[in-house]
Amino acid sequence: MSECWRRIWVDSTDNIILKVEHVTVGYSKIDILHNVELMLRRGEIVSIIGPNGAGKSTLLKTIFGLLKPRIGCVYLDGRDITGERPERLVRRGISYVPQVENVFPSLTIQENLEMGAFTRTDDFSGRMEEIYGLFPVLGKRRHQRVAFLSGGQRQMVAMGRALMLDPQVLLLDEPSAGLAPKFVSMIFERIIDINRTGVSLILVEQNAREALNMANRGYVLATGRNVLDGEAKALLANKEVGRLYLGG
Amino acid sequence: MLELIVYGIVLGSIISLGAIGLSLVYGILQFANFAHGDLMTAGAYVALFLITGPFAWLGISDKTFGPFSFGWRMVIAFPLSMLAVAGLSILLDRLLYQKLRKRGSSRVILAMSALGASFIIRMGVLIIWGADSLFYRSGLLRPALELPAGIKIRPDQILILIIVAVLVILLHLFLQKTKMGKAMRATADNMELARISGIDIERVIMWTWGIGGGLASAAGILYGIDVQLHPGMGWNFLLPLFAASILGGIGNLYGALVGGLIMGVVQQVSTAFLLPTYKPAVAFIIMILLLLIRPQGLFGGKTR
Repeated sequence: MSECWRRIWVDSTDNIILKVEHVTVGYSKIDILHNVELMLRRGEIVSIIGPNGAGKSTLLKTIFGLLKPRIGCVYLDGRDITGERPERLVRRGISYVPQVENVFPSLTIQENLEMGAFTRTDDFSGRMEEIYGLFPVLGKRRHQRVAFLSGGQRQMVAMGRALMLDPQVLLLDEPSAGLAPKFVSMIFERIIDINRTGVSLILVEQNAREALNMANRGYVLATGRNVLDGEAKALLANKEVGRLYLGG
Repeated sequence: MLELIVYGIVLGSIISLGAIGLSLVYGILQFANFAHGDLMTAGAYVALFLITGPFAWLGISDKTFGPFSFGWRMVIAFPLSMLAVAGLSILLDRLLYQKLRKRGSSRVILAMSALGASFIIRMGVLIIWGADSLFYRSGLLRPALELPAGIKIRPDQILILIIVAVLVILLHLFLQKTKMGKAMRATADNMELARISGIDIERVIMWTWGIGGGLASAAGILYGIDVQLHPGMGWNFLLPLFAASILGGIGNLYGALVGGLIMGVVQQVSTAFLLPTYKPAVAFIIMILLLLIRPQGLFGGKTR
């Protein structure tokens, strides 16, 4: 890891907030990601698309310190965060919503949000009201246990929890997975709302066309390698991408 | 019969305190703590040590309160012993279980190490205090009150029920209202997500052991007040503790409370038909039946 902290990466012109450099990572002996690169500019939405098993979720887990890269570095806001533990990363302004088991089911909505603010020692009731403003349905049911909520509402709780620390960067792993169609578009609208409040987002999605529609830029991963990246519009227009990943 | 039920509730309330701690630790660490019964023993003997040692030396009055079998010494020793056993159980975690967890040891290894810890505590007590049964106050007549319906109950036993109720309410408030209590429930729900949220897991685990140990200590002392002290007392409780936790759905604290009361009543009532020495067998049979018929417990386990 020491190769990273010495080379503090500075980039003021491009406004880059998060950067992944030539990351290779795996479980035990098998590498899942090979030499993967990614960057996120301030205020952007970046979508990562690609087939199942491409390593999209693994990339998010690596950024969030749940997996340590064998080779490569991750920088947040110019500082090396490679392999740094999640409980420290959240204080640095980065939050993560896993794809599954992303809520505390036996806790109420309000308690889930409080847990998102665990590291805060100041009064966070204002932030909580902002989140209820973003997801009004949660505000109405704030003292209900999350176990009784629908899939779409759970996803909102999960995103609300991750937003409690007012992160600069939010990592979302397949927020639309398993949701009814009317919730899918609703969740995507909320993601755009979150982005408008100044949060930069990395979004992993199966729903590739939708994900690129709302993103500034996109990355295509396959078998753990960068295949293509560029402006989201360009990727949507790309025939190869369309045929392979957008369903014709 | 009614009288046996009342005695069963007193015994059950003590089992409940132990079972709640056992269930709490299991809920958060998925750890079957075979040393939990011996933490009860440790608590009872720490209180005995304080009462007969330092408190006697300090000249704290030995007089008993009215109809009760204890006085100021016990009032002071009770919370101090809870703290001491809370510390002991945190220490055991730091010296033993935490190291094994970090190595990724299996549940069986952890359970066996707890079994080893239980032997160490029990033998330690045996070496210091000997194998005989002891009392906090020997040679004391302990008259019973006569309640309506001909139920005889000692004032001590009424107080035991009150103390258990107070401790359970305090624990409930802690878990529902405080930040650490909520973090404990969150960690029991999903430890990975708790970590992702920035919750300090090691502190949560410390609190879990502390509370589990403190409650075990309280249970041990209350049993000592009600019956007697014996180096094997906590070990003998282990079976009913597990049965009560499983009955309530392991990891479910309110279930453990009800499970404890049921175990106490069933064990006492069984003495109307069987020799009292068969009480552990009754606990064992209930546990086996439950595991066969309804392994998730009467009230279901953790909500997943």
